[in-house]
Amino acid sequence: MSRVLDMLRFLGGQVIDRVWRLGRASCFFLAVLMKSGAALLRFSLLFREIWFAGVLSLLIILVSGLFVGLVLGLQGYEILQRYGSAQALGTMVALSLLRELGPVVAALLFASRAGSAITAEIGLMKATEQLKAMDMMAVDPVARVVAPRFWGGVISMPILAMLFSTMGILGGWLIGVVFLGVDDGAFWSSMRASVDFRHDVWNGVFKSVIFGVAVSLIAVFEGYYSEPTAEGVSRAITRTVVTSALVILALDFVLTSFMFKGMS
Amino acid sequence: MKRSVLDLWVGFFVAIGIGALLFLSLKVSSFSGIDPQETYTVSARFDNIGGLKVKAPVRSAGVLVGRVMDIRLDAETYEALVEMRINSHYLFPADSFAAIYTSGLLGDQYIGLQAGVETEKLLAEGSEIKRTQSAVVLESLVSQFLFNKAEEGQGTP
Repeated sequence: MSRVLDMLRFLGGQVIDRVWRLGRASCFFLAVLMKSGAALLRFSLLFREIWFAGVLSLLIILVSGLFVGLVLGLQGYEILQRYGSAQALGTMVALSLLRELGPVVAALLFASRAGSAITAEIGLMKATEQLKAMDMMAVDPVARVVAPRFWGGVISMPILAMLFSTMGILGGWLIGVVFLGVDDGAFWSSMRASVDFRHDVWNGVFKSVIFGVAVSLIAVFEGYYSEPTAEGVSRAITRTVVTSALVILALDFVLTSFMFKGMS
Repeated sequence: MKRSVLDLWVGFFVAIGIGALLFLSLKVSSFSGIDPQETYTVSARFDNIGGLKVKAPVRSAGVLVGRVMDIRLDAETYEALVEMRINSHYLFPADSFAAIYTSGLLGDQYIGLQAGVETEKLLAEGSEIKRTQSAVVLESLVSQFLFNKAEEGQGTP
């Protein structure tokens, strides 16, 4: 009997803990938004964070995008040519990249490349009491440290996702047209005929903005509320990557079901 | 990292981002949401639209000239009321003929416009296409064929 009670207590504690963290994250999000005026006006702060989150993620995003495109080209060609419609390869590659793979895979890579770095930086600042020192000098750490990192991530994410899609489409073109001999004109024209700017490109960009907000918020939140020890910071980094991945995939399902609901 | 180098990299990053957006918008996608400024809306009534959908293409001689914007059921006549936007580069005589065709055997359905012979009056904003032909529904075609066969069978006992 007491074991059942213990299990129930454990379950209740876990649930309360999760809900409490969610509530604190929401309050933190509001605080970041309220205090981000100065961060957006001080370009030097913002630029440093865009460099940190965006420019440094460039290589991994471009290379992964290229390889995802190459694989899509190979697999798509293999399937499509069975039905004698290999010239639809461009459509397949472009739609799957722009609607799903571009935003989602770029966000996953961004979470593990830049999100973890942001958490580590803020967590270490907290562990070495730099945040407290700032507070004592009447510098608000949320406005000075957290908000620029948050906005740097939000701005970088859609750019990275678009670059990922672009590289992927070029990769698909490379495999399809250059190596497998799909007609160049048919590749691009069938792509243009069935990819709609507003429905496909713009929805993908919108998705990546949402993912950027989610990943950046999780990263700064976990860093800011990490336990100020070596172990606590490492746990916070792990949580950033795991939570971001789950949130990205769950949000992707929700956003997709709203965006592409009534489309043929 | 020196400030000027950092600015340069961020500028480069944003610039290739804009380049990617331009590539995606100009080379990869097209604006199929037709500019409402350059179109006029005409309507047509059909007994049966089959599987016609909103955003289905409107073609004349196989060339895309517009898209279906809205499909409603007329509550009084129980006919389908189809509204379509047609690019204002293309003008059609008022007695043009609209029919619902299927691209391929089982493909998507589209509206085919055949130009009429009227020379004075043209289709304009809000006008209605009077001469229409409904979609061919495969099931009714099959059942018609079967009825005919059955009647033939009765004729020769």
